[in-house]
Amino acid sequence: MQTHPKKKLELIIEKPITQRLLAILNDLDVTGYTVLPAIAGRGQDGTWEEGQITDASHMVQILCVLDEAKLEEVLSATFEALKPQIGIVYVSDVQVVRKEHF
Amino acid sequence: MGLASIAIDNLLSPMVLFFLLGVLAAAARSDLSIPEAIGKAMALYLMFAIGFKGGAGVSAHGVGADLVIAMAFGGLLSFAIPVLAFALLRLTTGLSRVDAAAVAAHYGSISVVTFVAATEALKTLGISYDGYMVAVVAIMETPAIVAALWLVRWGDGNGSSSRRSGKSGLDSEALREVLFNGSVVLLMGAFFIGWITGESGLEAVAPLIVDPFKGVLCLFLLDMGLVAARGFRSARDALNLRLFLFGIYMPLIGAALATVGVAFLDMSPGSAALMVVLAASASYIAVPAAMRLTLPEARPAIYLTMSLGVTFPFNLVFGIPLYITAAGWVTG
Repeated sequence: MQTHPKKKLELIIEKPITQRLLAILNDLDVTGYTVLPAIAGRGQDGTWEEGQITDASHMVQILCVLDEAKLEEVLSATFEALKPQIGIVYVSDVQVVRKEHF
Repeated sequence: MGLASIAIDNLLSPMVLFFLLGVLAAAARSDLSIPEAIGKAMALYLMFAIGFKGGAGVSAHGVGADLVIAMAFGGLLSFAIPVLAFALLRLTTGLSRVDAAAVAAHYGSISVVTFVAATEALKTLGISYDGYMVAVVAIMETPAIVAALWLVRWGDGNGSSSRRSGKSGLDSEALREVLFNGSVVLLMGAFFIGWITGESGLEAVAPLIVDPFKGVLCLFLLDMGLVAARGFRSARDALNLRLFLFGIYMPLIGAALATVGVAFLDMSPGSAALMVVLAASASYIAVPAAMRLTLPEARPAIYLTMSLGVTFPFNLVFGIPLYITAAGWVTG
């Protein structure tokens, strides 16, 4: 089966800023994304896990697959919003089957 | 009733004992846990029940200038306590301006669970309180956040710091989060529904919100004990002795301020006690989420551990009897 090269952007972010990030993706006409809960983890700012009484210490993961031509614009805008926050941003190469979706 | 007697009654109440069970289970690294969805459902239940009962109480007894005065005093405390907390933190703990402001916001705001526990302690002691105190709870959630942002901006001169992006501060999304967070909406919504429907409304929902209330509160406090102890253990490196001590003496200072105020406000002993409890309590639900939006540079491990891991247990176990006694002295 023929596949097509795309870029996968993954953002692990603090749950309270999820809507702020999704608004940026919507404004940039990103055609699709998925938000996943993160169960537990550890980073520069210590450990975190689900089950806390406040959403402030919860993290979520946002996944989106983009055309390479769109990547720089989306990466710049999301990173600007995430700069003061706790989180991770990374990009990887992926292959997709239906290139018209991205 | 003396302080020692109230303190022993409180310590041996099912609420505090279940909280301590949670703390001990976490300390023993037991796998006991309450599923997160159930914990959140219980929190919603408590907001619903306390709001509805408060509204029904207002419907039965009416309101007057005392409601407005209590709300104004609560709002004033919520502005003033963060300023004092900020100054003390900067003087005694060496926290950065942003971290100190974030911690101060937590101590100016309130803990609804501490309030609910105090209402049950009053009920056990046979001391009544005014239903409108629920509205004071809602009023005291927000001003501390505004005060904390002002403290940071006042120090920066122009409100920006080298690490801060243009999206932090009290923008429309943060304001919506602060004003319409789920706890406040349900608490005030249930309060107004209780007020509108009155005693007949309360009778209709009593099997849900009156009889099971104490049992649900015990289960919720078991969860709080687990969460507080596990949170303290995982983030204790973020605290030093000076911060730990602040988590103990700041609620006492807030309580002292409120005690002086209620002495001049002609409040009933029960309502005065709840005002003192609110001034002494620290937020760990609404404010931490708001801080991630408005002061993202502040370290959550510090403010969450202090409010949930130090101040909440202190208030629940030792503070509530002290605050009820102090309010009784100045209003009796």
